[in-house]
Amino acid sequence: MIEPDVLVVGGGPAGMNAALAAANAGATVLLVDRFQNLGGQLVKQTHKFFGWAARGAGARGFELAQKWEGEIQNHPRIRTLLGFEVIGAYKDGIWLAADLEDFYKIKPKRVVIATGASERMITFENNDYPGVYGAGAVQTLMNVYGVLPGERYLIVGSGNVGVIVAYQLLQAQAKVEAIIDILPRLGGAYWVHAAKIQRAGVPILLKRTITGVYGEGHVERAETIGVDEKFQPIPGTERTFSVDVVLLAVGLMPLSELLFELGVREYYIPELGGFVPWHDETGRTSHPEIFVAGDVAGIEEATTAALQGRISGLQTALDLGYEVNKDEIDELKMLLTQFRRSSLSEKVCQGLERLHTKGV
Amino acid sequence: MIEVDGVPTFENLKTSMPTEERMRKKAVAMHECYQDIPCDPCVYSCPTKAITMETLVSTPRINHELCNGCGLCVAACPGIAIFLMELKEDRGLITLAYEFVPLPNPGEIVDGLDRYGRAVCEARVERVYSLPGIDKKTKTSLVRISVPPEKIMEVRFFRRRE
Repeated sequence: MIEPDVLVVGGGPAGMNAALAAANAGATVLLVDRFQNLGGQLVKQTHKFFGWAARGAGARGFELAQKWEGEIQNHPRIRTLLGFEVIGAYKDGIWLAADLEDFYKIKPKRVVIATGASERMITFENNDYPGVYGAGAVQTLMNVYGVLPGERYLIVGSGNVGVIVAYQLLQAQAKVEAIIDILPRLGGAYWVHAAKIQRAGVPILLKRTITGVYGEGHVERAETIGVDEKFQPIPGTERTFSVDVVLLAVGLMPLSELLFELGVREYYIPELGGFVPWHDETGRTSHPEIFVAGDVAGIEEATTAALQGRISGLQTALDLGYEVNKDEIDELKMLLTQFRRSSLSEKVCQGLERLHTKGV
Repeated sequence: MIEVDGVPTFENLKTSMPTEERMRKKAVAMHECYQDIPCDPCVYSCPTKAITMETLVSTPRINHELCNGCGLCVAACPGIAIFLMELKEDRGLITLAYEFVPLPNPGEIVDGLDRYGRAVCEARVERVYSLPGIDKKTKTSLVRISVPPEKIMEVRFFRRRE
């Protein structure tokens, strides 16, 4: 039995920062991630991050992961359990982490769930064909393992993920035929991200959806069709793309199954990506010993995930009687508010407001 | 339109464009950042304090008279949305951040691409160098290309020829 002050589930930007904040305040931390490396989605992010110059903006995602990983590995109060998945949470406060051969029982005093999100899928004919990938999978293959899964790509979805992967594919010298989106305008991509792939020759085709992929046992071509204001297909606007990969970047859903198991109160908030656990400003859920941080608390992005992680980590330490500078928590909350003051965070703010008006 | 596909129109460009007179004097930075992204490295990269921003989520303002054309903001901008502009008698010089390998070679003839990736003119690679970001540790490659002077507001990227 491992008995840390704080169990952190998930080693992405939120989890790493929760672990560091809690441990720096004096708590002992067990950080579990199902992958062999810390960093979560950061390890695939080769673009420069926005944010405050004074707080590391301009660094590329994987550089941030390396920095925090280094601090964690050298921290005397953080133990990591990599390659292990937290597969159970029991009413008596015991958590279970396992790989294929071994398992650990964990009895923490506080838990920070920072499990992130999973990718959404959409329906079209043969969407189970080899060659249909989630954006995250292609990023992992390409940026972590150095493998390009195909030569010619059609990207579905013009959010930041879609346009950023398009750019990374161009950097890897792949051919990106187009990005399509069913919406009449960009599906959430920042203008500068969208602009830099278009000037490099990747068209963004709006009001268009995918109807199917075809080929001899794997994707050889994708069929698309234009849609009207009601998203209904317009006959005669069909267009075929000769591609071997269709990359889906159609959104993310919070990964909150562990919290379901414990009966933590959740609400369906579309602006936050689906079912999200109710939580206060520090990430505390309806279960007073369990916190959430990062995408599992509502789909947002890495900078806010890191700030949320810091806040939750400090709050767990404060709960347990460690000396925490409350000004630091307030400053982090202020930074989060400042960051979210952008119109780009409007939806998230609306979602959080809706969540907060719901009762615990 | 920028709200539709993120590509700035002339209306947007007008708000951040240096004057022709200024571009003839020497190189000057021009940003194409028209959205309230929470981001401020350009401000801190500028040695002459030519770039200002009211809050983290404001769009930057470049004082073209204070700008000395050093290019540090071009390397610092996470959105790859700042360019150096300079007008010579017979050509326009555009310096852009280039995150691709292999790097082009000085003297190479390439296709000048507009904001939609359409080849609009022949361009020549004039200089390939790199400048540090605000962390002073990592560097970003910059490429200076020359285009016909009338294309200086149109070309924003280039494509190497086979």
